[in-house]
Amino acid sequence: MATISQRAAADHLPPRPSRLAVLWQFCRQNPLGAAGGFVVIVMIAMAALADAVTVYDPTANNFRAALEAPGATYWLGTDQFGRDLYARVVYGARTALLIGFVSAFVGGTVGLILGVASAHFGGRFDLTLTGVMDVLMAFPLIILALAMVSIFGTGTFNVIIAITIPFIPRCARVVRSSALAVREMPYIDAARACGYSHARIVMRHMVPNVFAPYLVVMTAAVGQAILLEASLSFLGLGVQEPVAAWGLMLRGGAEYAESAAWIAIFPGIAISLAVFGFNLFGDALRDWLDPKLKV
Amino acid sequence: MLSYIFRRVLWMIPTLLGAAVLVFLLMRAIPGDVCVLRLATGGGSIDPQVLRNCQAEVGTDQPMIVQLLLFIKSLIMLDFGKSMWTGRPIIEEVGLRFQLSLQVAIMATLTAIMLAIPLGTISAVKQNTWIDYVVRAFSIAGVAMPSFWLGILIILGILTASKALFGTPWMPPITYVPIWVDPVHNLSMLIWPALATGYRYSAVATRMTRSAMLEVLREDYVRTARAKGLFHKLIVRRHALRNALLPVVTIIGIEFAFLMGGLVVTEQVFNLNGLGKLFVESVANHDYNMTQALVMIVVGIFAFTNLAIDILYGFLDPRIRYNR
Repeated sequence: MATISQRAAADHLPPRPSRLAVLWQFCRQNPLGAAGGFVVIVMIAMAALADAVTVYDPTANNFRAALEAPGATYWLGTDQFGRDLYARVVYGARTALLIGFVSAFVGGTVGLILGVASAHFGGRFDLTLTGVMDVLMAFPLIILALAMVSIFGTGTFNVIIAITIPFIPRCARVVRSSALAVREMPYIDAARACGYSHARIVMRHMVPNVFAPYLVVMTAAVGQAILLEASLSFLGLGVQEPVAAWGLMLRGGAEYAESAAWIAIFPGIAISLAVFGFNLFGDALRDWLDPKLKV
Repeated sequence: MLSYIFRRVLWMIPTLLGAAVLVFLLMRAIPGDVCVLRLATGGGSIDPQVLRNCQAEVGTDQPMIVQLLLFIKSLIMLDFGKSMWTGRPIIEEVGLRFQLSLQVAIMATLTAIMLAIPLGTISAVKQNTWIDYVVRAFSIAGVAMPSFWLGILIILGILTASKALFGTPWMPPITYVPIWVDPVHNLSMLIWPALATGYRYSAVATRMTRSAMLEVLREDYVRTARAKGLFHKLIVRRHALRNALLPVVTIIGIEFAFLMGGLVVTEQVFNLNGLGKLFVESVANHDYNMTQALVMIVVGIFAFTNLAIDILYGFLDPRIRYNR
């Protein structure tokens, strides 16, 4: 009987829109966000198909072709070692995305679990964790990352660690504030009354309900991680030569800015476009997921 | 109000203490020794006795807990001691650089406020129009553009423009002179980094102003004001903007505190001898005293800026009362 009435109720509901329709609605309501998403997709495609879309080896020196201006042979010109800038910009997307995604995902996820656990347990656990997070957040991001690089050393893997650690408290803070509201929901009381373990309540009932702020923070964190990696590499403390990385390219470009401006211009455009794409996408995602802004 | 300020100052103690312990541990976790670095600069092998003497002189031969307690004592006495690298008092080393960093931070903040508040307000009032899209793109470009890259572009622009106009390229001066000694020299040096960082900073504040205004414009009291037939400009200026300013003030304050020590890369581009550059040098030299002092200065400014923001809330929003 109950099944029949449920079916009857379902018949009166409007049909659930297809994923394509949802995507189209998102693009129409957030044209800037769609543009950001497009930039992100192009960047991912560039990174994935780097071997297919470039001709020259991004790490091979060719001093005979050093500091060549952009032209038919070298689309974006060459750097002081004669390396093709186009190939280095395309391969640089791989480095940027690897560092950006891994740092944002690991930092964001650890922050998510800590933030939710802090809200769930409350009391001394929450007070201690919030205190530690406050201390970590009192340090400027670049200073904490510099300290981490000094401890772990340079190189791609160590840069990921150096960027991930400062992200944890930032994500935990945002997620905790949302989780505090979720904690008061009747379904959490029901889960407690059912005798579920803390781990089950946190992972299965609280975490999925704070996923929206987590996604927004993570999208913004990818952009921030790309910027931070570029800053560290520019200082010579990030990714090391001959790996293709945008910040590292700018470091060389700053020295030759007067005689070969293209070395300083193209990697900067690549960094800005990438961060621009992730930020626009993140903003649109926030507007899309925030019910208050839909009114 | 006074009791609130007193309670807040008391609350700062655990944060400052935690930051002190954290920076102390972080510095000790960095592999290497300031004495080995100092003695190795002369070349050749290091005499173990000379090394021990150097370690005794800078205090790194003491047990960790003693070093930590001495550091905390120096914090309480507000006497950071001497630099382990140069041997000069830290207060002297930091003094002139602090002036420079403070001036850049103030100039960047003013640039940001002048850009962010009008742009954010227009963007919110004209939501989902082409004006909104242009302002949002402008502000997101500011967040996306690394300020050090903008710095390189500014220098490149100055070089090209001066060469085209005067025949010889002109570069901003690199020696710092306080503004009251030579204002023209000072401003021609610091205006560029202030613009580069101010634009980025304004982008964050513009986005915050826009989203705060969007929320406030949907409030009941704004609808009531409209229903009363008040002029649109008056509603925006008097009713909406004033109430939307709270989160904007917070973000401006936090960014200001971070600008004091976080301009590491921009200072490198403009060859400025500020706190950020000093921080990078002191970490590279394993100068524990200097690094710890610099971090504590930045964290202290951050904590006091937060307090100032909270006090400012009371003036901006009369609904907030601290004495209840």
